[in-house]
Amino acid sequence: MIWDLQKYHDNTAILDEYGVSLTYGTLAEEGQRLADAIGRRCLVFVLCRNEIGALVGYTGLINGGCVPLLLNSHMDGEALTGLLETYQPPYLWAPEDKLDAFPGMTQVYSAFGCCLLRTGYGTEYPLHPDLALLLTTSGSTGSPKFVRQSYRNIRANAESIAAYLELDKTERPITTLPMSYTYGLSIINSHLLVGGTLLLTEKSLMQREFWSFFKQGGASSFGGVPYTYEMLDKMRFDRMELPSLRTMTQAGGKLSPALHKKFAEDAQKKGRRFVVMYGQCEATARMAYLPAEKAVEKCGSMGIAIPGGKFCLIDADGGQIITPGVTGELVYEGANVTLGYAERGEDLAKGDERGGVLQTGDMAKFDADGYYYITGRKKRFLKIYGNRVNLDEVDGLVKEKFPALDCASAGVDDHLYVFITDRTQGEAVKDFLVRRTKLNPAAFQVIAIEKIPKNDAGKTLYRELEAYYT
Amino acid sequence: MTNLEKYNQAFVEALEISEDQLPGLEYQGIEQWDSVGHMGLVATLEDAFDIMMDTDDIIDFSSYEKGKEILSKSYEIEF
Repeated sequence: MIWDLQKYHDNTAILDEYGVSLTYGTLAEEGQRLADAIGRRCLVFVLCRNEIGALVGYTGLINGGCVPLLLNSHMDGEALTGLLETYQPPYLWAPEDKLDAFPGMTQVYSAFGCCLLRTGYGTEYPLHPDLALLLTTSGSTGSPKFVRQSYRNIRANAESIAAYLELDKTERPITTLPMSYTYGLSIINSHLLVGGTLLLTEKSLMQREFWSFFKQGGASSFGGVPYTYEMLDKMRFDRMELPSLRTMTQAGGKLSPALHKKFAEDAQKKGRRFVVMYGQCEATARMAYLPAEKAVEKCGSMGIAIPGGKFCLIDADGGQIITPGVTGELVYEGANVTLGYAERGEDLAKGDERGGVLQTGDMAKFDADGYYYITGRKKRFLKIYGNRVNLDEVDGLVKEKFPALDCASAGVDDHLYVFITDRTQGEAVKDFLVRRTKLNPAAFQVIAIEKIPKNDAGKTLYRELEAYYT
Repeated sequence: MTNLEKYNQAFVEALEISEDQLPGLEYQGIEQWDSVGHMGLVATLEDAFDIMMDTDDIIDFSSYEKGKEILSKSYEIEF
């Protein structure tokens, strides 16, 4: 059991945009009923929205010893079918309006607009006793790669977040991120630990209803990816009247130093906290934070390791860097480093493969005061609206769908460029990627070129493609 | 170009849709018009009409028709 929900029995755990609320006591009881309907420890796919049903499912399954695998309910149907076949979960917890997509499954229980479906798969993969939760790394490409998180991971990270953000039961965070996304989920996890009230909404910052709920519900905090802050800036957030707001957090990619400064200064002026953070799903969620009082002074920094965690930088020869200003690969150590990955059903029986140490794949340096700055990435991926998109996976998806096409993808955060050699296929490739990833088409640009630059060994020379978009 | 043409053109460009989809179009009615698409649309409209929209107008802009109403009421753009 991760959360002692009964400890806050009479506190409000959840308030949704339609005015429905649930106490911690009821959340515990409703979760138990779902766990009882399943009756044993097994894998359960959960199609998530920021709604009460998904929250009851998630907490009930975790506390009841089942292993949820969280997916966004808007996920592409074809990708979901692939994942179901890969992992063969005995049960699925899904919103009622999604039931048509699963005609062969049997409904065995329902509550708060969600249904428990028995899938009827023959095989059931064994689960390692430490395994608590499976989360996707990419969010949307439908890759079967999931991060295996343990009970200890989730608990340790939530405790650490609650400590450095000084969370208590008066907190009322409003949802701005999907709960199937590691950052969104970490906000839920850390606030359930301290007895706070989650304000749940599916509305976006660009909607009047979001801000009405924000004010009525007395939201005290929210989190955002870089794109969220760009939107807030566009909306002239500094002029908005939001007296209940105390804390804003930022993660999911590097915010431009100009926006970092702007939001940090505005928060300081209004007596709020603006906290830039750094993390990855592989470390449950958070690894670093920049204390609010340093937000202006250390603008552009991702901060220091969270309580209980430790960083070091490793140079190309494997030696540890001890000089400020020198770039190396960022390595993290802490109880929130997850067990490892799962790519197929058999992997669910695996134990801890990392021993508490994570090579982040990010390149960083630290200053004389020990504050860290991200300088680049070792691996080929981009952050698109806060979602990690692996470029090799994109290449793979396109090649699988369009076998006759040579393709290579590259780009910068929020802008992905796909290079292909057949001009006539441009639109089809873009449509396919938009449908498959469920990302806004504005993120993709398909460029037709004569041929994909490659070296003699046939390896794509991605560097040469940079000329097209920088 | 008339104001209506400019207005339609902004939708077509920012949301990558065709003009016949515009009547009755609502926020989140199509996948492209999510929060990301909305921000692009607002930026395109601001450029096209050389205006700067207020926060309230940005969040009230919930449909193709409502947008026209907002632009004519708050920014004196006649359709």
